[in-house]
Formats: sequence, C-alpha cells, structure tokens
Amino acid sequence: MNVIKELWRSLIDALVGLGAVVRFLLHLLMFTPSALLRFDLIVAQIFNAGALSLVIIMLSGLFVGMVLGLQGFQLLQRFGSEESLGVAAAIGLVKELGPVVTALLFAGRAGTALASELGLMRATDQLSAMEMMAVDPIKRVVVPRFLGGVIAMPLLAAIFSLIGIYGAQLIGVQIMHVDSGSFWSQMRAGVGLGDINEGIVKSCIFGVACSLIAVWEGYYAVPTAAGVGRATTRTVVTSAVVVLFLDYLLTAAFL
Amino acid sequence: MVRRPTRHSNLNQEAPIVEIRGLHYTVSGRSIFDGLDMDIPPGRVTAVMGPSGTGKTTLLRLITGQVRADSGSIQVAGENMRTLRRAGLYTLRRRMGMLFQNGALLTDLNVFENVAFPLREHTNLPERLVRQLVLMKLQAVGLRGAAELMTSELSGGMSRRVALARAIVMDPEILIYDEPFVGLDPISLGVILRLIRRLNDALGLTSIVVSHDVQEISTVADNVFLLSGGKVVARGTPQELRSYPSEIVRQFVGGLADGPVPFHFPAPDYFSELLSRSE
Repeated sequence: MNVIKELWRSLIDALVGLGAVVRFLLHLLMFTPSALLRFDLIVAQIFNAGALSLVIIMLSGLFVGMVLGLQGFQLLQRFGSEESLGVAAAIGLVKELGPVVTALLFAGRAGTALASELGLMRATDQLSAMEMMAVDPIKRVVVPRFLGGVIAMPLLAAIFSLIGIYGAQLIGVQIMHVDSGSFWSQMRAGVGLGDINEGIVKSCIFGVACSLIAVWEGYYAVPTAAGVGRATTRTVVTSAVVVLFLDYLLTAAFL
Repeated sequence: MVRRPTRHSNLNQEAPIVEIRGLHYTVSGRSIFDGLDMDIPPGRVTAVMGPSGTGKTTLLRLITGQVRADSGSIQVAGENMRTLRRAGLYTLRRRMGMLFQNGALLTDLNVFENVAFPLREHTNLPERLVRQLVLMKLQAVGLRGAAELMTSELSGGMSRRVALARAIVMDPEILIYDEPFVGLDPISLGVILRLIRRLNDALGLTSIVVSHDVQEISTVADNVFLLSGGKVVARGTPQELRSYPSEIVRQFVGGLADGPVPFHFPAPDYFSELLSRSE
C-alpha cells in the first residue's frame, strides 16, 4: 500500500511541477512582445547561446557526419548501393541527428551556462535588486535569455546538419571513393521539403524545451553554491530526457 | 548640522512615512513578528537593531513588499503594503532605494552601467543627460574615477558605494540599508557612515538602516528601534538607549555574552548527556 501511496504522491508532485513550468512558460510568452521591442538584449543572448556554442556544434557535426559516412558506407556496400550514402546521411542528419544531438549539446553548453548564470544572480541578490529597482527580472533577464536560446537552437541545428553532410561527403567521396555525382544527385532527389520541415520543427521545439528548462532551473535555483550546482545538473539531465522523449513523439507524429 | 526639509510636500512632516501596526509574520511555523508596532518618521536616519535572527532583514523585506505579512498593517508613504498589487508596488518602489548587504551589483555591467541601469529601464533620457546624472551620483560617493571598472575589480566597500550611487540615481524618498557595515575595513566603514548621514541630509531622504553594529550606528542614527522576540523592546535616540531600563537592551548595547539572549542554545542537561551511553 505504501508503494502505491508513494507512487501516487510522486505522480501528483510531477503534475504540479509540470503545471508550474507551463505557467512559467505562459508568463514568458506574455512578456515576449515587449521583449521583442528591445531586440538588442535578445541579440546579446543569441550571441551567448548561439555564437559561443558554434565551435562545439561544428566539431561535433563534422565527426558525427564522418562516422555516418564510415558506417553508412560499410552497410550500403553490402547491398551494392554505396551511391545512396549521400541521401542516407542527409536524411539521418536533417531529420534526427541534427536536431537531437544539437539539442543535447545545446543543453550541455548553453543550457548550463544559462541556468548557472540565473542561479548565481539569484544567490547574489541581483534579481532581488532588480525587483527593488521596480524592474521585473523575468521581463528584463529571463525572457531575452529564453528567446535567445529559442532562436539560436534551430540555427545551430542547421549548421550541425550542413557540417555533418560535409563530414559524410569527406569520408564517402574523398576517402571511400563513392561517386561524387551520385552522392549529391541522390541526396537532392531523396531529401524532400517534408524532411527539412521535420528537422526545423523538431529543432524549434527542442529549442523551446531546452531554453525553458534552463531558465526555469536557474531562476528557481536554491540560492546557494550547492543549489546552483544542482540546478545546472538538473538542466542537463532533464533536457536530455525531455529531448529524447519529444523526439519519439515528433517522429511518430511525422510518420 | 542644518537639515533640509523633505522635498515631498504632500507628506505631512509629522506623519510617519512607515507605519506598522500589529504585524504578525510566521515562517515555517516559527513566529518572526508577534504584534510589532513601529513608526518611522520622515527625513531622519532610523536604525533597526537587534540580535541576529530577530528578523531585521525580514522587516525590510516586509516594508519593501518582497514578502507579505500574515496580519497587521504596513503603510509606506501612504500605501498599504499588504493589499498593494504588483503595478502599485513597482510604482512605490521607484520612490525607494535599497542597499543590499553585498551590494548586489549586476556583474555583467561595469560601474557606470550599473548606476545607469534604473535610468535606462525607467526613463528615455538622452545619453548625455544619463551620463551627467551617473557621474554626479558617482561623484557623491567618491567613485567617479571608477566608472569604467567592472564590478569584479571593486573592493567590498567600493561595491557598496557603487550600489549606493545606484540606489540614489532615481532620487528616492526612502533609502533602505541592509547591514551596510558588514565586512568593511575601518576606512570604508567611516566612508559609508559619512555617506548615510550626508545623503540623508543633502537629499532630504528618509533613511532606514538595519544593523547590529551598536557603536557605528550610534554615530549616525537619529532614532533607534531595538527588536527582540518579534517585538520592539526599546525605542529612542542612541543616547537614550544606553540608559534604557531593560536587561535585553543592556545586554545588546553592552555586548554581554549571556543574559536574556542566552549563550547556550537550548539543549538537554549537560552532564546527563555526557554520561548517557551514546547509541
């Protein structure tokens, strides 16, 4: 009986937590129109979340593409269809690996930075000081960071996929000597607008999820060193689980 | 010292600018205030003192509307803090400045931008005017030369002076200091004391200083409230407090280790506990 009670209580707690996050998201969306009027604040956050994550995204994209090139070549060669490497790598990257791996890297690089920055602002009374200056910290600090992440994430995913395709081409065409014409023409014929749309929708939704989790965890972090540490850890763990769960739902929805 | 009258003629000089009646506030079942009454007069430096854990900082949070009281009333400049909605609270806060214990400067901005922050958020003043106002406030706290420094390059005392410049940049009516002397060297402490008095008199402010530094606050405060057990146990000038007929006041002002505030935290009998077999 105790186990059932505990499970029930955990379920209720989870639902209450989810409700609070949704309410927080609505609060952010309510301030979005006025935040867009001060676009310089959002641009600064796109730089922090996006431009500063470029190196890790590009390097990861390149290696993921190269691995896809190697594995794909080995597999396709068995069936004598190595010319299809281009389309296989491109579909894999645009629809799945681009959005998902970028979201995981984004949560690890930009999400933790956001969470720890907000947590430290809370711990050092900077958010309280803003409140005392009659400046709403959600409007001034949280919303620009959230929107910066939401905008940066799809751009990073697109860059990841492009670099990944280049990596697959590097291995497949340059090293394994797959015919270059077949590689690119099959890719052009096989990758449709629907595939690209699926990648864009996924990366936008992952961007909202990762940015929301990061600002939520940071804004409500316990204002101590341990509290900020826990908030950054939870940002990565929650983001990873939510991204993979949403990926399954979205993939099923697009089928 | 000649004291200028307050600039805000709509406020009656005799009426308290902060009026607290029957304040009750409880945190996690522990009563912090139990029927607190307090009147803070305008245009003066009022100190709120008391042993650690008596709720001095909580009182500031209640006065500034950061937390809401369980019952009782808090009137600040004629506004009831218990019923004031968010928009009204923000309007009132534009008439207040607060100096946090650690300064609470925005770490991604330099000194100039920290002081300019409220101006940029609340006004559309031209950049030239913002610059002049910020430099005037920085000059008032003696840090005009540090305008381009980042907050990480400031000492504790300098941080608090920058925070003070930021707190007065919107020309508030009420300036609130939360433990402004903690961790300061004697020179910085002297500077902050001088600034509290000088800004209060020059700008016609009402200053509320929360502190437990008896000697320092005595040199600058016009009135002192001593809190203990969730109530005001003594009020008067710093001189009156020294001869106040109360054990708790004598212990606090004299810095005595034992008295109404016991040296030992409540515990079972010492010898019984030593001799008992530990589990």
